[in-house]
Amino acid sequence: MPHRWSRVARSPLGLVATALLVAVAALAALGPVLWGDAAEAVDTGNILAGPSAAHWAGTDNLGRDILARVLVASRLSVVLALLAVAIAVVVGLLLGTAPFLLGRRAGRLVSAAVNTAVAFPGLLLALFFAVVFGVGETGAVLAIGLAGAPAFARLVHTLVSGVAARDFVAAARVAGVGRARILVRHVLPNIAEPLVVNATIGAGSALLSFAGLSFLGLGVQSPSFDWGRLLYDGAAALYLNPAAALAPGAAVLLAGLAFNLVGESVAKGLGIEGLGVAAAGRWVVPGGAAAPATAPDPAPAEVGEPADDVVLGVRDLAVSFPGPSGPVRPVRGVSFDVRRGEAVGIVGESGCGKSLTALAVTRLVDDDARVEATRLHLLGTDLRAAQTTADRRMLGTALAVVFQDPMTSLNPAHRIGAQLAEVATHHQGMTRGRAAARAVDRLDAVRIPDPGERARQYPHEFSGGMRQRAMIGMGLMGTPALIVADEPTTALDVTVQRQVLDLLSDVRASDAVALLLISHDVAVVGEVCDRVLVMYAGRIVEDLPAAELAGARHPYTRALVDAVPDMDTDLDEPLATIPGRPVDPADVPAGCAYAARCPLADARCRGEDPPLRADPHAPGRRVACWHAGEPLPPSRVVRADLVQSP
Amino acid sequence: MTVSVSAPPPPEVRRGEGNPWLRFGARRLARLLVSLLVLVTASFAMIHLIPGDPVRGALGPTAPAELVAARRQALGLDDPLLTQYARYLQGLLTGDLGTSLSSQLPVSDVVAQRLPATLQLAVLAFLAAVLVAIPLGVAMGVLTRRGHGRRTELAFTTGSIVVATVPDFLIGVGLVSVFGVGLGWLPGAGNDTAAAYVLPVIALAVGPAAILARIVRVEMVRVLEADFVRTARAKRLPARTIHLGHALPNAVTAALTLGGLLLGAMVAGTVLVENVFAWPGLGSTIVQSILTKDYPVVQAIVLVYGLGVLLVNTAVDIAIALLDPRSTIRED
Repeated sequence: MPHRWSRVARSPLGLVATALLVAVAALAALGPVLWGDAAEAVDTGNILAGPSAAHWAGTDNLGRDILARVLVASRLSVVLALLAVAIAVVVGLLLGTAPFLLGRRAGRLVSAAVNTAVAFPGLLLALFFAVVFGVGETGAVLAIGLAGAPAFARLVHTLVSGVAARDFVAAARVAGVGRARILVRHVLPNIAEPLVVNATIGAGSALLSFAGLSFLGLGVQSPSFDWGRLLYDGAAALYLNPAAALAPGAAVLLAGLAFNLVGESVAKGLGIEGLGVAAAGRWVVPGGAAAPATAPDPAPAEVGEPADDVVLGVRDLAVSFPGPSGPVRPVRGVSFDVRRGEAVGIVGESGCGKSLTALAVTRLVDDDARVEATRLHLLGTDLRAAQTTADRRMLGTALAVVFQDPMTSLNPAHRIGAQLAEVATHHQGMTRGRAAARAVDRLDAVRIPDPGERARQYPHEFSGGMRQRAMIGMGLMGTPALIVADEPTTALDVTVQRQVLDLLSDVRASDAVALLLISHDVAVVGEVCDRVLVMYAGRIVEDLPAAELAGARHPYTRALVDAVPDMDTDLDEPLATIPGRPVDPADVPAGCAYAARCPLADARCRGEDPPLRADPHAPGRRVACWHAGEPLPPSRVVRADLVQSP
Repeated sequence: MTVSVSAPPPPEVRRGEGNPWLRFGARRLARLLVSLLVLVTASFAMIHLIPGDPVRGALGPTAPAELVAARRQALGLDDPLLTQYARYLQGLLTGDLGTSLSSQLPVSDVVAQRLPATLQLAVLAFLAAVLVAIPLGVAMGVLTRRGHGRRTELAFTTGSIVVATVPDFLIGVGLVSVFGVGLGWLPGAGNDTAAAYVLPVIALAVGPAAILARIVRVEMVRVLEADFVRTARAKRLPARTIHLGHALPNAVTAALTLGGLLLGAMVAGTVLVENVFAWPGLGSTIVQSILTKDYPVVQAIVLVYGLGVLLVNTAVDIAIALLDPRSTIRED
């Protein structure tokens, strides 16, 4: 634990705060020793004087040096604050662990009481207790300590509940260990760290609160003095000598900040622990004119000029993210066209870049990514250029996007109808009333029952399948030429998946809408789509008609197709899998990325990346493999050295 | 504390289970009543919790015993505790808060006379804090999302911690010495002119504004990552609509929860600020009354502050429910 705390000293803020705290502690220890006499030296000939060379902060109404008094007051101020926070922590621990020790019923009562008390501001509680315990030092320590207790009690309760739910506590309970013993042995050590952090911050708050009470005249009483008392006296003489109030004010502030900042930086230091710091380095903002981050693609795509009926034309699309050791490129040179009314599927394993491709062609990648392409056209509009209002209108009405998780893709704070209608009000110039009517009509079109009533509901009142249909309905507010659906059924129940796929097919059939369907499921894509693009490690490795999937020529496609169980699959055999793991985008090997997992791979595959070329044996198809269509080894024995446990 | 948007969605509401708004209203009303009872009991108990004889304490050790006895009689302190409690509750219901020991005026008159100044101060400061904090937090959230603007983020985060740490009364003292005493631009005491409102309102608003802006930024950064923001982008809405129309309502729920706590704290914060600026409100009165041991006035003002806090909390709960209807259904 000590090394984790010492880490705090490495952040600049933590360093300053720690230094400040050490200075405050030194001052509290030494202040009264060094300046005790000066602070009490009365000089009646020089009362309420402003700052001078002899008295840097001036003098008070007895001619005593204010700076010396501020330095001396540090001990009492810090000691009282620490006493108060100690009371808060002890009482907080008692109240916060009570629910654990006392069992459910009594515990509920205690935590209800704590929750009621927490609702009242600390100062109000402090005033209440100040009345009860009387004006003065003792009363103020008790008041501030007890006023801080409910917040600590709640913190302890939350922490204890968190630890108590863990397995080792349950195990100890089963073993018959008593509650008090579990608390002391198992729970408290696990909550010590956050508690100490919060006590440190609490000491800062107690210091400031104490100053507040003394400033009101309810805390430390003359002839004793803490910073708050000096402020009280200084504020009375503010018009004669502002320094008399500003000096103790600055002292309170610095000391309070020291405690707070040390606590905050320790909290931050401990919080970062284990989470892993986000990749540092500069983030690249996407720019149409930006030069490629790395050398041009080894395999320029062999796709001719797009024909007239192309809805979406993509050439050499690459997406890169800044990484700790240079940019990572999860999409590396993807080229394809989607024609009017055509359904194109992109399949591949997780991490092959298919979803990112979908986001990139819809201009929805997060803006720390860098998107490059030699061509990226939707309905003749260059998506690489900055979007004008007209472009936005075109995209908003002609391009529909359906995302994977309908649970999170709709705004929980808006009604479904309003979320659909705003497309029409923003892009089609409809009035609110007409847009709302259109939204109801579209919900009806995607077979939402009782659409008028449903439009007035919020997303949480919809089931998953209905939300996904509402998302599709949202895309149909305009007159889409292309629907991009990224794993639209993955998050849904099997029975609902079918409804959503049928709906997509119907929409497509009725309006000649093109579909770009992203899926990890070859069976789904084979069924819904006309053409299939198989992606591996950020590239398209095969492009073939869906009807010809059984005759795929790339070893990876063949493995994917083989992995789909059908009616003839022997259920006693283990399901077919593809040995090895997908390629890490941050570490793409030289040569064919699939070589390590490929039964046909040879030296050439490991050295030279096969380009995606028109397949000479099958017109209209493209494949990227040196051994396309070659027979696989008779028995697909998995080579043990290639299998990596995930 | 935060109401997380990414939390698992609540179970679907089945129709015919009763109006969720009615259940919500009943629940909040019950909670308010319980807290109110606790508050009233605490304010009643305050005088009895004081060790020793509070009347003797108030009048001092030299006061004649007859006077102490008479005063105890007047306060009804010699009756059985339950009788006193019943009388206290009855008094509250009829607006009778007792009589001030020092001025002999009805306490309700004292409160009625002092309350408006405190209310003005608290409400103005809250408005100022919200009007500064929400735009600032939203702008910072947009500027620092996803690792953008790391320097801006560091400067803002550090600055807001530091500002939020400065207690309102210190800000007040600083403001008076600079703008009141040093420059002489603005009055540093009283509430006679509009200009006199400026410094107290700033002193009270700065800290809460810093905290609120921090929370709004953090929430905005989190919400801007949400899938539904991507959906809004997919709809090609203008950036302003995405940030203010889609992200902000989801970010503001947590901010409001905290805002309620802050407003509650501001109600109490007026006590210190009023004493800095000699503001003729409840805050100056309660401190004077504590010092002179005028317990009926202290009891009444504690009650008024507590009531203010409870009403604010309830109002915030209702506002959250309207903005984010899921929260009405979530808890039971």
